[in-house]
Amino acid sequence: MWTQLAFLLRITRSEGIMRRYFVVNGFDGALTMLGLIIGFLVGPPAQLSLVIGVCLSAAIALGVSGVSSAYVSEAAERKRSLKQLEEAMVTDLGDSAHGDAVRWVPILTALVNGSAPVMISLLILTPLWLSDAGVAVLLPPLHASVVIALGLVFLLGVYLGHVAGISWLRSGFQALMLALMTTGLIYLFAGN
Amino acid sequence: MVSVKRVVLDVLKPHHPKSLELAQAIAEIGEDYRVRLMVEEVDENTETIKIEVTAEAIDFEAIEAAITKMGAALHSIDEVDVEGGPSHA
Repeated sequence: MWTQLAFLLRITRSEGIMRRYFVVNGFDGALTMLGLIIGFLVGPPAQLSLVIGVCLSAAIALGVSGVSSAYVSEAAERKRSLKQLEEAMVTDLGDSAHGDAVRWVPILTALVNGSAPVMISLLILTPLWLSDAGVAVLLPPLHASVVIALGLVFLLGVYLGHVAGISWLRSGFQALMLALMTTGLIYLFAGN
Repeated sequence: MVSVKRVVLDVLKPHHPKSLELAQAIAEIGEDYRVRLMVEEVDENTETIKIEVTAEAIDFEAIEAAITKMGAALHSIDEVDVEGGPSHA
């Protein structure tokens, strides 16, 4: 099954699109969680369960938005490509691998696009859950979540550096700078 | 029993999957299948290719299905080698 899916991605040259979706929406997830948690840090004290509820709702919304937007746009794009290819081939490609790709690639892309922000958000929320469940965390839970968010943004930057074939350290720090800038802006505009 | 030993096919295919993948898909049909693929013309979206398949007994329908599955279209059968064996009647 995986071989077949990899084949479909290859013939539609969708691997790059999937990578982009993963990184773009992964960033969305990480920065949204970072923003929310910094917002709770600079705002009046809130119960941990409230913080978790708000962050989880945002993560679900990002996931659903990611799945639906990617599916709709990719399905349209794949259908257009198939139509162009069918015109060039002067034949119906519905039963070919290209026809399978029209059905499966949008689903796969949508799953990647939707799951990236959800997975990253869940990782960021882990210290909050642990603390809420009574498990001791090294740092205060909100601060621990911020550290994880910054770490994940750094790793996404490292991944981008790896993809682009440039210095992973530089790329990681560039991404980290963006996250720190976001934090700074929130403190500037939302801080007391 | 009559068996097809060799066929040369004229095929139109999209750029993807690549010729190597199409040749592999045909070669996978039988253990003794030998596939030779030549690109004759390259267009903006398509390639015209010649595929030569040799085997002890070629399953032509399976080759046609593999070609169709890969999004290619069989235009014509250009050459055929067929051998007749002793009749079992």
